[in-house]
Amino acid sequence: MPANRFNGFTDYGIGIGLRLPHYQHILTRKPTVDWFEIISENFMVDAGRPLQVLDQILEQYRVVQHGVSMYFGSADKLNREHLKRLKTLVKRTKTPWLSDHLCWGSVDGRYTHDLLPMPYTFEAAKVTAQKVREVSDFLEIPIAVENVSSYAEFHVSEMTEWEFLTEVVEQADCGILLDVNNIYVSSKNHNFNPYDYVNNVPHHRVAQIHIAGHSKFKKYILDTHDHPVLDPVWELYARAVKLVGITATLLEWDDSIPSFDEVHHEALKANQFIRQFAQKNASA
Amino acid sequence: MRRSKPTSSSVSSRKKTRPPKVAPAGQLGELQAAMANAIMRPLASRNRMQKSSSVVAEAIIKPNDRLTSFERLEIYNRQYWFRILDCFYDDYPGLRAVLGDRKFERLARAYLARYPSESFSLRNLGRRVEGFLRAESKWTAPHQRLALDMVRIEWANIIAFDEGAKPTIHVDDLLGRDPSKVRLALQPYISLLEVRYPVDDLLIAAKKGDDRLRGEASNAVALQHKRARRISFRGLKPRPLYIAVHRMENSVYYKSLTREQFAVLQALQQGASIEKACAFLSKRRAPAGKNWAFELQHWFREWTAFGWFCQR
Repeated sequence: MPANRFNGFTDYGIGIGLRLPHYQHILTRKPTVDWFEIISENFMVDAGRPLQVLDQILEQYRVVQHGVSMYFGSADKLNREHLKRLKTLVKRTKTPWLSDHLCWGSVDGRYTHDLLPMPYTFEAAKVTAQKVREVSDFLEIPIAVENVSSYAEFHVSEMTEWEFLTEVVEQADCGILLDVNNIYVSSKNHNFNPYDYVNNVPHHRVAQIHIAGHSKFKKYILDTHDHPVLDPVWELYARAVKLVGITATLLEWDDSIPSFDEVHHEALKANQFIRQFAQKNASA
Repeated sequence: MRRSKPTSSSVSSRKKTRPPKVAPAGQLGELQAAMANAIMRPLASRNRMQKSSSVVAEAIIKPNDRLTSFERLEIYNRQYWFRILDCFYDDYPGLRAVLGDRKFERLARAYLARYPSESFSLRNLGRRVEGFLRAESKWTAPHQRLALDMVRIEWANIIAFDEGAKPTIHVDDLLGRDPSKVRLALQPYISLLEVRYPVDDLLIAAKKGDDRLRGEASNAVALQHKRARRISFRGLKPRPLYIAVHRMENSVYYKSLTREQFAVLQALQQGASIEKACAFLSKRRAPAGKNWAFELQHWFREWTAFGWFCQR
């Protein structure tokens, strides 16, 4: 959906992740970019250069926050210190929506700093949805949860991943950050049809889409964010756009990061799928 | 910064830890505790998962047509260690240069097994390194003192990078005020270090200035580190050195201090009034051609210009 209550009724276009190797290029050349996504945790500090850079970026660009350690799915209680710092940052960036992952990663105050997969159970969905609601209430902005790539499935799971995602977002009444690369990676690792996933999530809740590259190994695929987007992921993206509508789209490139122009060029490839969708809609 | 891969020999002799107990995996908390314990267990030789974790793996994780339950859990076990080791390598290039690759890696794995991250931010991963090295000097023998000095300045570096700042006190704010009653605080981002080795210069030599931010949203990490260049410290004689690690215009600096400057700043940091902090100087002979009153004026002007002072 171009603009909905899950992305603050915005109509952002194609953005890229703000990454350190590009800071100088962005601040000196001021390239035209529709919006940047920042990793919240990189800027949840009290002072120093990270905030200085962020403020300079905010003077020129629209920024959306994306987190990696809220752990909505963790059985642990929410970390209040984390939430307070996040809210301070939300006020600074004025992000229209905030995303984090549908995963867990901490136990008893110990952090794995990983995006660990959920057991797809009704109990887990209930716990996760409750925490999403708490976070959204505290931050007072829309939340979108992102599906993660995974390498393991649990015996206790009672439903498919997309059914679990649906269960959580319906109970929490929140948005979805649909990562089509993660869907593709997980589909290969767990032998499901990625189109079943894209076809069956509640499309009206999709606030944003992620695209990225991945790495193929002999027995599994790893979500490495160190390559251009592969063709099957673009095809899945096209399908998602067809079902969801033109939606804020973000390219993630986190390792072996090439020049800013190369990353931006890769992200803008999404335009061809958006144009195709728009043309079909116009002629229909 | 890239570094050499961890060597299998460095972990093969490590004492194996007990496998975690597996609760019936019906409850979310129990399942997560079992999996997290397995993921955070030290890797075995060749960066493989400890075989005893197979009990947990089979209890909670489905195999598929290509990977056993063990292999699927192992992906997460390896990623966990690669990620936190990578972070530790980034934060302690100086310690690595002091110890060399193999010793550093053994220390890193031992430290991280003892003190897993307790913060949502990897920034705090090294919070306990100094205490760890003080308690277990075997990891840095025979360079314990140099290693300790180095980790102190490396942690001070992290503090100086992004710790908060309070409104600064300017030199004009001090004019006319009774020095016996004025108590100044130092900015939270400043660390005062008394060391025995010139670790400021050694750290600059060891670093390549790679201070990239971490925490990007991929959950995959590779551990490929080029071999570190060891610091040559032959002939380096220990002697007292005083350093303030601070921040100006969002860059981290190491400021050499004299013993007297260090003492004054340390006393102020500990809550002494200006008068009390400076009182000891009356018993010391000033450097030739100088007097303490003039020196103090100069020091305070410089420190306030740096923005070092704030309200207590």
